[in-house]
Amino acid sequence: MNPRILTATVTRILQQLRHDRRTIALLVAVPAVLLSLVYYMYADQPTAPGQPSSFDRIALVMLGFFPFIVMFLVTSIAMLRERTTGTLERLLTTPLAKTDLLFGYGIAFGLAGTVQATVTSAVAYWFFGLQTAGSSALVIMIAALNAVLAVALGLLCSAFARTEFQAVQFMPVVVAPQLLLCGLFVPRDEMAGWLQAASDVLPLSYAVEALQEVGAHPEPTGTMWRDVAVVAGAAVLALMLAAATLRRRSG
Amino acid sequence: MEDAIAVRGLVVDRGGRRVLHGIDATVPRGSVTGLLGPSGSGKTTLLRAVVGVQEISAGTVTVLGAPAGSPPLRRRVGYLTQAPSVYADLTLRENAHYFAALHGRDRAAADAAVADVGLASAAGQLVGTLSGGQRSRASLACALVGEPELIVLDEPTVGQDPVLRADLWDRFHTLAATGTTLLVSSHVMDEAARCDRLLLIREGRLIADDTPAAIRATAGVDDLDEAFLRLIRATQPDQPGETR
Repeated sequence: MNPRILTATVTRILQQLRHDRRTIALLVAVPAVLLSLVYYMYADQPTAPGQPSSFDRIALVMLGFFPFIVMFLVTSIAMLRERTTGTLERLLTTPLAKTDLLFGYGIAFGLAGTVQATVTSAVAYWFFGLQTAGSSALVIMIAALNAVLAVALGLLCSAFARTEFQAVQFMPVVVAPQLLLCGLFVPRDEMAGWLQAASDVLPLSYAVEALQEVGAHPEPTGTMWRDVAVVAGAAVLALMLAAATLRRRSG
Repeated sequence: MEDAIAVRGLVVDRGGRRVLHGIDATVPRGSVTGLLGPSGSGKTTLLRAVVGVQEISAGTVTVLGAPAGSPPLRRRVGYLTQAPSVYADLTLRENAHYFAALHGRDRAAADAAVADVGLASAAGQLVGTLSGGQRSRASLACALVGEPELIVLDEPTVGQDPVLRADLWDRFHTLAATGTTLLVSSHVMDEAARCDRLLLIREGRLIADDTPAAIRATAGVDDLDEAFLRLIRATQPDQPGETR
């Protein structure tokens, strides 16, 4: 990697995003709107004494979902566009290293995911009175990390897609099982053994557990830091695999 | 001095079909070499092999003394793909600045490259809003901005106004005069006469590798188009040509 080339690549990707005002508006507004749906859905649900309200429990996890889903999709399409418009082939004839491109996407869309997570969290805490025992900064940090993980998985999956149709189909394949098995719908320790095993190897499970730790404990816990490390490690691993599957030569 | 490009026994298969059947060719340094041939003859595949993005089945491609596509070459070779490969959702200036940065050049060099292809007044426009001809010149600017020693251009003048086309060819010769090597593909014969050397390719086989004057002399006609036709007939005496 070369710092000058990496910086130029991050700048270029953010410039592309900046020219696309509608995408920015959707990135920022949609999660907040969906969050308000959740708020009103659970507004009249009773809360068991001593337990977090349903909204607190679900909204906290959703703050981690939004950047994960959106950034996976945005990245898959962006990378596929690089392939189909020939810019990828051209980039690969320049001094740019494959990791410059992949980490460039990781940083640029990671930043976009951080902005999204910050706005959504602000709405959750200030408008809907989200209660977490731990700091909102930790929530945003974990959400941002989810964005980076999603970018890394998106880059990896885009190597296996030839068309936009295929790229979009990877979203249910990669995202849906992680959402179902992450512990939001059924606590992980109440699932059948083989589902728990599947949940244990899916990185989003750790992100959700980290968010739940922040929700329940005023100070960052060891479990939370371990989970954060697992998610970060999964992101770096996916980026490395994406670099390994990106071929300078093609047929 | 060694050649800028030396291709030996190059065989390429794409999608189960043999596209290049053992090409041997050389491109001298500091010259403009034209790669001429009809659409589908294998021009782009040969150029991709030279810049090192084509998987090859056999043979060697040596560029500036190193195997094609090896990392040190990436700062010494510039490549213009046939379809304009610039970011449509960036302005021309932003595109040029990015490709300049990849090659370690500053913004002034990028702005100069944009001006060199006659697009200074459109620099602030999104590339997606440019005309087809402007877009391919935008792409050309991004290939020239790194001031590479070898410039590989795949049909750079398609869709350009005749005056601009003449300007671009003058620029190619100016670059060659300063020691830059250019390999330029085209399927327009009137551009062949502007080249120092010609590689004529048809159906994946090289049928001539010479100066335009020598090709005219060999074929015994003044018109390069006619000369190309005669060379094809000479290599395939039994085939009256393709019929559809």
